[in-house]
Amino acid sequence: MEQMALEGLTIVDFGQAWAGPHFSRTLADMGARVIKIESRRQMDSVRGLPPWPTGSKPGPLNSGYYTWLNRNKLGVTIDLSTPQGPGLAMEIIKISDALVENFSRGVMGKYGLDYASVQKVHPKIIYVAMTAFGSEGPYKNYVMYGRNQIYLSGLAHTTGHPERPPHPINFSWGDPVAAQHAAFAMLSALYYRNRTGKGQYIELSQWESLIGITPENILDYTLNRNVRSRRGNRHDYMAPHNTYRCAGGDVEWVGIAVETDEEWQSLCEAMGSPEWAKDEKFADGFRRWQNQEELDARIGEWTVQHRKYEVTDILQKAGVAAFPTLSNRGLVEDPHLNARGFFVEIDHPEPEMKNRKYDGLLWKMSKTPGQIRHRAPYPGEHNNYVFGELLGMPQKEIDRLVEEKVLL
Amino acid sequence: MNEQALSGVKVLDLTWHIAGPYCAKYLADSGAEVIKVERPGTGDPARKMGPFYKDDPHPEKSGLFLHLNTNKRGVTLNLKSPAGKKIFLELVKRADIVLESFRPHVMPSLGLNYEELEKINPRLVMTSLSSFGQSGPYREYKASDMVIYGMGGSMFWTGIAAREPVRLGGTVVSYQVGVMAAVATTFALFGAEKRGYGEYIDISAYEATRASIDRNGTDLLAYQYSGDYDKRSASYARSFPTGVYPCKDGYFDLTGGTVVFFPRTAKMLGRPELAKDPRYGTGEAQIDVNRKQEFDAEIFYPWILERTRREAWQAAQKAHILSGPIFNAKDVQEDDHYKGRNYWQEVDHPVTGKLRYTGAPYRSDEMPWGIRRPAPLLGEHNEEIYGELGYSKEDLAKLREGGVL
Repeated sequence: MEQMALEGLTIVDFGQAWAGPHFSRTLADMGARVIKIESRRQMDSVRGLPPWPTGSKPGPLNSGYYTWLNRNKLGVTIDLSTPQGPGLAMEIIKISDALVENFSRGVMGKYGLDYASVQKVHPKIIYVAMTAFGSEGPYKNYVMYGRNQIYLSGLAHTTGHPERPPHPINFSWGDPVAAQHAAFAMLSALYYRNRTGKGQYIELSQWESLIGITPENILDYTLNRNVRSRRGNRHDYMAPHNTYRCAGGDVEWVGIAVETDEEWQSLCEAMGSPEWAKDEKFADGFRRWQNQEELDARIGEWTVQHRKYEVTDILQKAGVAAFPTLSNRGLVEDPHLNARGFFVEIDHPEPEMKNRKYDGLLWKMSKTPGQIRHRAPYPGEHNNYVFGELLGMPQKEIDRLVEEKVLL
Repeated sequence: MNEQALSGVKVLDLTWHIAGPYCAKYLADSGAEVIKVERPGTGDPARKMGPFYKDDPHPEKSGLFLHLNTNKRGVTLNLKSPAGKKIFLELVKRADIVLESFRPHVMPSLGLNYEELEKINPRLVMTSLSSFGQSGPYREYKASDMVIYGMGGSMFWTGIAAREPVRLGGTVVSYQVGVMAAVATTFALFGAEKRGYGEYIDISAYEATRASIDRNGTDLLAYQYSGDYDKRSASYARSFPTGVYPCKDGYFDLTGGTVVFFPRTAKMLGRPELAKDPRYGTGEAQIDVNRKQEFDAEIFYPWILERTRREAWQAAQKAHILSGPIFNAKDVQEDDHYKGRNYWQEVDHPVTGKLRYTGAPYRSDEMPWGIRRPAPLLGEHNEEIYGELGYSKEDLAKLREGGVL
């Protein structure tokens, strides 16, 4: 195998929870050496989050949330609140190309690890701070997780049924979105450094990165003073455009999207050219859009007679965009993802966690593909390797630091 | 302006709709020189997609197109004609990156797959964005943003139990895939510079959605552990007060429940004694639906309904409770925080005049992000770019007549 794309890069990772770790995982999967810093005093909070294997005692070693986000990373424990802690972290920073952190504002400064301090000892570092709101503006000190960003960005306001309040969204879109934006910023800064020799500080506001991916909503107000609201699965101009119930119970749903008259004709033929579809009120795109409530009900009468993959197969053969709306169970079983070798099995010493399937690499690179090289680390699992082998510290010294609870 | 991150990097952008053009915009806004190649006559279908300037559906007034194509120069080219293909290959020789988002059979059928392009430019990085990837049984399937979102897992459990799954607002999946393609492309570019040869990237919206969009990853494990699948529910939390609540001027989201956060909530309400109240403050009470209803009706609604979103937010932040107002597009654009950070970008355009767009996704003093030019008119830079290749005005007139440009 040839080298991985980012082999040779070292990233020091102060990332916590989701945004930071997702970012560094993307780099680690593609070959970067990521050194993750935690401590038993301040463990990454996701070590306390589910899922845990059924029947096993929930603990910091077997959180599925942690193992999912932290594969391929080296785990080091430094108690930054001890007098020696920040200095040890600085030693790791010195051998790194880039640093990432997503602490609350001011935390890195408290430990003397803010950009100004780091730059003095390592001017070429690429320092990426993933903040909630940025370092200026009225909300700079507000606490915020990725889930709340959905509400602030206008996304929640436009999610859900029109007759109901904004739908609560129980996932943290803001985190992976910010993570990918940060990955781009860091790599382009490294590319820039190759050319100019210069390091730099990059600040990311998670709120801004999320708003950046909702341009239609923003532009409609800028251009026309239209304030968009909730409209279920309706589209700007496509109709039908919804998710329809299929035969076989609650796991059976299919999404169908029709853009052109040609696709509409194909859909009608696929449904057996029913009489209702010939009605004037469905004759063109605009009228279908206006009458889509009735249209949806009619199409639902057809889809509910078939299984979700059956509908998908019939419609795709006819040239109509359709695909099951899959549950997590549906995904694990999906033939396409399995055919492409998307899922990876990762081993783990905890017996209930052995050989579980995880999602795989984010994309396929032809010559320098990423790899899943090892599972997420236990706390401090790589202390000896990082301090001994990479930094050349004598084992006795490492043992002393462990004893004194600096490497905690 | 300082030199930008990707100054000097040359990109050929064959993509259309949203995801691919956003990937190219991402590179362009960071300094890359992007040539957008559109088909003659109609151009990128995004020119027909709204919102339009003054709601006027005109191919040079699509706000969506204008936003997605800032900083690019635009040419028209018919890749199916032999002359068009020849010109394209000349452009490939000078490029660092080719981006395309056709269905998987298209580039090979034109003889323009990576194996061919690599022969004339070994350093080339080529990224293909598609709905399902370049291999596997669904590779030629059609999809839309909603359809792709539905594949990924999180749509299935968004919505209320009795109704259909609902998508997120907007077309966020396409944008996220675009950003990820930009990340992948930059990774490959970085590697190509080091090793001296490029490579090919296959990015599938299905997998990108699956593996990055949300808690899909942990859901996958949860299913393997429990054998059960996630269900839709109007509320995401059993503790209280957690969720979306109405307030004086709209809606407000709060994570104020569980034994960790409830004491803070009690303090915020000015009633710290509630934290120790067995009716509300204990772990058991916190997951009791009847207690939740009682607490909401008697204590929480009277408090929240008297407050605006911003008042509630200030109070919650003071108490260190995760929370936020539910903003619409107007709220976001009128918000002082963005204004204070100079987030919004005004860009002038020959047809629409100055319009306001979203701004920098990251900030750096050393390596600025910026809009240098508006989106191109259809074929605006044909003479400039083909002129650089040595084509005269007469040559171009002939090519135009022949339907090549």
